[in-house]
Amino acid sequence: MVQPSVIPGFRLALGFTLVYLAAIVLLPLAALVWNASGLGFGAIAALALEERTFAALKVSFLTSFAAAVFNVPFGVLVAWVLTRYSFPGRRLLDAAIDLPFALPTAVAGIALTALYAPNGWLGQYAQAIGLKIAFTPLGIFVALVFVGLPFVVRTVQPVLAEVDRECEEAAATLGAGRFRTLRAVILPTLTPAILTGFALAFARSVGEYGSVIFIAGNIPYVSEIAPLLIVIKLEEFDYAGATAVATIMLAISFAMLLAINLIQAWSRRRFGRV
Amino acid sequence: MKPFDWKRLLIAAAVALPMAAPALADVTLTNVSYDPTRELYKEFNAAFAAKWKADTGETVTIQTSHGGSGKQARAVIDGLPADVVTLALESDIDAIAAKSGKIAADWRGRLPHNSSPYTSTIVFLVRKGNPKGITDWGDLVKDGVEVVTPNPKTSGGARWNYLAAWAWAYGEYGGDEAKIKEYIGTLFKHVPVLDTGARGSTTTFAQRQIGDVLLAWENEAFLAQDEFGADQFDIVVPPQSILAEPPVAVVDGNVDAAGTRKVAEAYLNYLYSAEGQTLAAKHYYRPAEPDLVTDKTLLGKIPQLKLVSIDDPIFGGWKKAQPYHFGDGGVFDQIYKPAQ
Repeated sequence: MVQPSVIPGFRLALGFTLVYLAAIVLLPLAALVWNASGLGFGAIAALALEERTFAALKVSFLTSFAAAVFNVPFGVLVAWVLTRYSFPGRRLLDAAIDLPFALPTAVAGIALTALYAPNGWLGQYAQAIGLKIAFTPLGIFVALVFVGLPFVVRTVQPVLAEVDRECEEAAATLGAGRFRTLRAVILPTLTPAILTGFALAFARSVGEYGSVIFIAGNIPYVSEIAPLLIVIKLEEFDYAGATAVATIMLAISFAMLLAINLIQAWSRRRFGRV
Repeated sequence: MKPFDWKRLLIAAAVALPMAAPALADVTLTNVSYDPTRELYKEFNAAFAAKWKADTGETVTIQTSHGGSGKQARAVIDGLPADVVTLALESDIDAIAAKSGKIAADWRGRLPHNSSPYTSTIVFLVRKGNPKGITDWGDLVKDGVEVVTPNPKTSGGARWNYLAAWAWAYGEYGGDEAKIKEYIGTLFKHVPVLDTGARGSTTTFAQRQIGDVLLAWENEAFLAQDEFGADQFDIVVPPQSILAEPPVAVVDGNVDAAGTRKVAEAYLNYLYSAEGQTLAAKHYYRPAEPDLVTDKTLLGKIPQLKLVSIDDPIFGGWKKAQPYHFGDGGVFDQIYKPAQ
């Protein structure tokens, strides 16, 4: 039998894994749900269906979804350019991809607002053609595209580097055009990684607060995101309400991630490998 | 069940780290305050430390933490070991008293002037030359006027903005509540961006060039003018506004645990001294005891206008006004409710 790993002591490692996950992830989340459960399921459901909460959840999830969808083709393109071509400054560009990870989100938010405000460098041109970006849901979308980009690039990049170039060559010798090679050979291999990147970008965006709050405009029912609603509940010293909104977000996110995971498992069976 | 206290952990670490440095200090005092008092307390702390040293020989180190008033109140409720709180709203200190029991319920009567050593008001900051001709609250709802104010749900200063507008409308419409609400609703339709805090709104107005008028703390308006230059903005003082009383209180539970009651009380009392009152005036706050201000030229800069108090029957005090206007489902929430 082949040893599963070079690290000895399965029990010790598993024990550590469980304790670590429990302390860092599960306990805080359980505390959150526990806090909210004080309200009772009926009250939480009523809160979720309340117009204001519903509107904020809609803004958060729709803009996050749109931003993640937007990041898929462009993220893959960036990953493609960075892995397949060699050009001066490539490493620098490659390192820059991680900036949205490292930058404090509030700094990103202020920078994006300065850029896209009606008097900003880019905002003034958008304004000239009648497009308002900052202080509208479009501004939220821009901020979320920014924070989500590295997730797609970084999950697709290693897979793309591993793709067997011989398959592409074989496809070409068998008479496949560029588009067909892309569609039948490359994309299927990348699909699971793309889905992972999409899911990560999406999950990150839903909870994003710092970078969004400066650019959103925060008008109730229009550009008010769910995390702001949580902050508002806290300002009212309504801890139970705040945790309830958080729990609702958690439940929706969990359901969506689960769905994406299932699609991923299916695509793995369908296309094999990775 | 109390929420998991990750915040206490972070705050304790943030406060403990700088505290570890001056190991020679005899006593350390933590003042938890709100955003626009940064400049005032920087200077006041130095003055008090010098005075305390001269009086008792003890070295006192004062840590001041700034943030949104409600956020700061929550931090104290969640266990931030503040010795004194100097916040924007009476209701925030009331919340600490009610939720943590660390401040006696009668705190407001323990220091002169409702425990507010300085007051402020809400004025208009407009673009240079006042191109839209804004002079009073009624002008804010004129066609084509954009108003910048933070969100009353997340900002203490914004609640004063809202209440000042309400007080004006009360007089204008003879107390007709339906008309007052209509005015307030229209006013907020003229607000393109609701920032979460006062400083955020100042940035939106001054740097992003959004809006024609910023509803601002009087001291923030002066600071913005100092910061960005008087050639950028004019300050318009409406004939009537609100008497904003930012209160201060000793956190009994914390000072008794830390043995800092004496110095904490002296610190707050010093705000009422000639030096404290003069510093308040210097930083564009309205001193509670103007007679004590040593530099009388500072007083000349304070414009005179009619000020309506929160204790006026229009509002009936914070305990009534807070839930009625800003609570969940209150008047402010109704403003944005989409028409059915």
